[in-house]
Amino acid sequence: MTSTEDITFNPESLEKVKELMKRYPEGRHKSAIIPILHMAQAEFGGWLSVPTMDYVARLLNIQPIEVYEVASFYSMFNLQPVGKCLIEVCRTSSCWLCGAEDIIDHLEKTLGISVGETTPDGRFTLKAVECLGSCGTAPMMQVGADFHENLTIKKVDELLEKFRVEDKQSRYC
Amino acid sequence: MGKKLLLKNDHIPGINTLEVYRANGGYSVLEKALKTMSPDAIVEEVKKSGLRGRGGAGFPTGLKWSFLARPEGVPRYVVCNADESEPGTFKDRYLMERIPHLLVEGMIASSFALGARTSYIYIRGEYFYIARILEQAIDEAYKAGLLGKNIFGSGFDHDLYVHVGAGAYICGEETALLESLEGKRGNPRIKPPFPAVAGLYGCPTVVNNVETIAAVIPILEMGGEEYAKIGIGKSTGTKLISASGHINKPGVYEIELGLPVEEFIYSQEYCGGIKGGRKLKAVVAGGSSVPVLPADLILKTAGGEPRLMSYESLGEGGFATGTMLGSGGFIVMDEDTSIVKNLYTFARFYHHESCGQCSPCREGTGWMERILHKILDGHGTLKDIDLLWDIQSKIEGKTICPLGEAAAWPVAAAIRHFRSEFEEYVTHPERIRDIKHYYRLNASGVTAG
Ligand SMILES: Cc1cc2nc3c(=O)[nH]c(=O)nc-3n(C[C@H](O)[C@H](O)[C@H](O)COP(=O)(O)O)c2cc1C
Ligand code: SF4
Ligand code: FES
Repeated sequence: MTSTEDITFNPESLEKVKELMKRYPEGRHKSAIIPILHMAQAEFGGWLSVPTMDYVARLLNIQPIEVYEVASFYSMFNLQPVGKCLIEVCRTSSCWLCGAEDIIDHLEKTLGISVGETTPDGRFTLKAVECLGSCGTAPMMQVGADFHENLTIKKVDELLEKFRVEDKQSRYC
Repeated sequence: MGKKLLLKNDHIPGINTLEVYRANGGYSVLEKALKTMSPDAIVEEVKKSGLRGRGGAGFPTGLKWSFLARPEGVPRYVVCNADESEPGTFKDRYLMERIPHLLVEGMIASSFALGARTSYIYIRGEYFYIARILEQAIDEAYKAGLLGKNIFGSGFDHDLYVHVGAGAYICGEETALLESLEGKRGNPRIKPPFPAVAGLYGCPTVVNNVETIAAVIPILEMGGEEYAKIGIGKSTGTKLISASGHINKPGVYEIELGLPVEEFIYSQEYCGGIKGGRKLKAVVAGGSSVPVLPADLILKTAGGEPRLMSYESLGEGGFATGTMLGSGGFIVMDEDTSIVKNLYTFARFYHHESCGQCSPCREGTGWMERILHKILDGHGTLKDIDLLWDIQSKIEGKTICPLGEAAAWPVAAAIRHFRSEFEEYVTHPERIRDIKHYYRLNASGVTAG
């Protein structure tokens, strides 16, 4: 885990943070909190630890609680560590109609974990999520920022091979 | 072939770039509007067009625009709702991915009409790659002088930004969206005041769906009156429909409002019929929040008229025998589909997405999910069906925002039209276990792949 001192954006990200804050009117820079939390999650290990959230609070010059209450509201923010590859399979109506449960069953069996768990080697976290706007290309899963659509068991297996060596932790790109 | 306005250039390679978009007439409508029209004249054209909001509620856009308060010295904002999280809906994604400049052009024209110096596109976080596509389009527009200061020498200055959310269906509700854009939790606000009076940062704000904003361009191109001739009655123009489920050709289709539902489902131009030549069982016509209808009622109204893809025709019969056009998320279910299980996926969704501010919604959605789970597990009773009905009936009209109703309506409709199926689940649980209580796998094609 990153220690508190290590939590500082790289210079490039800091520039981006400044640019983001300028998108909102004078005194309204708190608006940038969600985009900045996405960046923080991507840069500091794929989840938002308390020190990471405190750092974002300092950047925005707001109280830490203001960051915690936002971070805990939105489903894309992980408040617990996740594996190097975060696999999120849609389970809502259209995907279910087209066989999402098969995909989830297969992933659970292949990875040896249940939905919501991380493999012991820390490589994969499996989640079931709600509609991601790919209903016409169901079933689907999102891994990192990428959408993988019209899934079949074969396609999932091929993707898993790739993900054994690639890191796809955050949806931020 | 139906008339295409939004997707007419969809097939042109490179239409996502400024160069190709302009080579095909892109931004000429904006140029004409900025150089020759007054802001009020634009609002007038949109009023004449009869355009209705494409985000789900179908509220007349021109009217909404005319409500915008205009106090001196207070900034006004236009905010585009690209949160698109209603299950079954993916048309905004398609439009933004394929023709991002149409949205950018629409945002500038709308902002000029409404006197907004700054506008935002609020896009769901999971669509990160589309946010990048939009940002690239916006970048190109700035470099070409289409954004920034003195656009087309008209003296109109405008800045447009993309803002990403972080996974919350409720942020599609316009006041929750504004809270989220202000950097807070996405809790819907109590109305009034409406955003037209006190919206973003307390300033007058118009929130419109992606497709609504994009439609402003063809409206200005052809004139409001001509636009109003397309479609049927008060359902003017074209509509993007997201078609999914058990059909041969899922995808996004631009239809002229008034197209018969039967033609939409069965013709080769659109859905291409039911997968595997099976029978149609039911359709959710406008996204997860609208009432499900059985095959006979979606193809024909209770009065025996052909059902049309329009706000009025889909709504005919009220909730007793009709439904709503909603966001145009058209989910098709074949004869083997378990209505109860499909409903369960919706109930689980609403429970997950309730912001928790109002007890009828927070408690009701969870309760409905649990009862449906119990029924699917083979432990339900006849009383549970009545309880489910009772809970849903106690949510409507008792919450801050319409999410509560959106959660209740699908439950009511499923019980109304498919009560016998619920009864079978509770009286013959052994049969249910037999069929693994969900849509059978081999038919899905997944295991075969
Ligand atoms: C729970 C809920 C979710 C909504 N989600 C969306 C959405 O994802 N996109 C959208 O455009 N409108 C959505 N709406 C409707 C908006 O509140 C608002 O009416 C719409 O953005 C207005 O734009 P329009 O008039 O152009 O349709 C939602 C409403 C509710 C109650
Ligand atoms: S109805 Fe539900 S989602 Fe809407 S404000 Fe109340 S609790 Fe939140
Ligand atoms: S239902 Fe799965 S992406 Fe929409």
